[in-house]
Amino acid sequence: MLKTRIIGVLIVKNNWVVQSINFAKFLPIGRLDVAVEYLNQWGIDEIVILDIDASREGRSPNFEMIKSASAFSQTPLSVGGGISSLSDMESMLRAGADKLIINSRLLTHSFLIEQGAKQFGNQCMIASIDAIKKENKYMAYNNQKMDLDFSAKELAIKAESLGAGEIFLNSIDRDGMKVGLDLKLGDEVRRDLSIPLILCGGVGKPSHLYEGINAGLDAVAAGNFFHFTEMSVIAAKQYISQNGCSIRFDSYARYSNANFDEISERPSRHNEDVLEKLRFEYIPEEII
Amino acid sequence: MASKKILIIDYGMGNLGSVQMAFKKLGVNISISDNLSELNNSYAYILPGVGAFPQAIANLRNSGIFDVLNEQVISNNKPILGICLGMQLMANYSLEQGKNIGFGWIDGKVTPIKTSNKLHVPHVGWNNLQITTKDLIFNNIDNEAHFFYDQSFRFEASDEKCVIGVCEYGEKIVSVIRKKNILGTQFHPEKSQRNGLKMLRNFLISVDQNYDIREN
Repeated sequence: MLKTRIIGVLIVKNNWVVQSINFAKFLPIGRLDVAVEYLNQWGIDEIVILDIDASREGRSPNFEMIKSASAFSQTPLSVGGGISSLSDMESMLRAGADKLIINSRLLTHSFLIEQGAKQFGNQCMIASIDAIKKENKYMAYNNQKMDLDFSAKELAIKAESLGAGEIFLNSIDRDGMKVGLDLKLGDEVRRDLSIPLILCGGVGKPSHLYEGINAGLDAVAAGNFFHFTEMSVIAAKQYISQNGCSIRFDSYARYSNANFDEISERPSRHNEDVLEKLRFEYIPEEII
Repeated sequence: MASKKILIIDYGMGNLGSVQMAFKKLGVNISISDNLSELNNSYAYILPGVGAFPQAIANLRNSGIFDVLNEQVISNNKPILGICLGMQLMANYSLEQGKNIGFGWIDGKVTPIKTSNKLHVPHVGWNNLQITTKDLIFNNIDNEAHFFYDQSFRFEASDEKCVIGVCEYGEKIVSVIRKKNILGTQFHPEKSQRNGLKMLRNFLISVDQNYDIREN
């Protein structure tokens, strides 16, 4: 059975990974290599890297940065930001990207998706759409042209017809808010698509991911949530599987039989007996 | 003793870097090349692939790799691992963007995955591999282990005996094929974390025991 993917999103600004809040405020996290290495080791299902400066500054993607980071990922890497030609796409794939994300040029350079799909297959092309709620409607938003005249749903359908293999849908209203994914947005955009949809924005705890998986989404994504706690992916996957959701959970390290704090949904501390026993337990490193 | 030389084939398509990195993670340096004499002198091959079938086959033919590889794999029985599109290229033909002829090493054709309301195409994500025939390549890998797939087209094998692993996506999707020295995986072992690395290790060992770094 195909499992709902849990995707880690890394927002890059000035070559540093940052947390993003409402697309407006940014907090520094650290080096991209390190973030990728951790997410991969913790068993994330996929990694998305978005360079949010490149298009705005009109510069090419930073291929060297991706090349360096991709060495740390044995999980699929989707990369976006600044891709403006077929040769950019080829260089990005050579640098170690598995999929390409087109966001701000989706409208102005619609041939990118079309030609990319022809050259590299549609499974390689992801259309990224930012949605913002306006008078109870989910509108598409572009950080250069600001508000667009059509809905997120209309743009998604157009992207699919151009040859996109997946839609990465980000809710601006939920970005950094930790209140849960906008499932209504996901449902509305997904209804008329025959390609997979990734929903992002608003995840603050594992149950938010759980809700998205239960709602039947193809993939759920989170950025900030995965940054600040050690083993965040493993803990979240343990929580989700313990609550009866079938996901891919096969990392070497586990939080087997963990108790979770009801409010934070983080694994709670073991009692002293268990910790005492663990002191003398030898867990060998896995050699492949 | 030096281990036998393996080459990642560069035909202008695919995630060559990712494949090379995965082997590096296993402590093995494998070069990427499109040089025909280097191709002739290698002992085994990896044929990666992300991309569209017609472009791939055109690149292989125009560069002369097609004929060299055909000879090395068929006449000289050198081992080859095709990944994703690399596996699909082994079919007789593909219907992706019109009909195009492949290597024809494994009888079968490449056709679109059926889409429906519930099944989105591409088939992308982690799916369970059902092992249908025992093989060296599955050593230390559990039945139903997860591997990463990303495909809009599937391999329809006419010779069922060559299919050694499948997965379920509305129908049975051919996932691993084997015919003597020829091996192909529809999923991406280089992007399947621990299970994928185990599989690549098994491929190395199947080429040469010296690649086995584990004791006993």
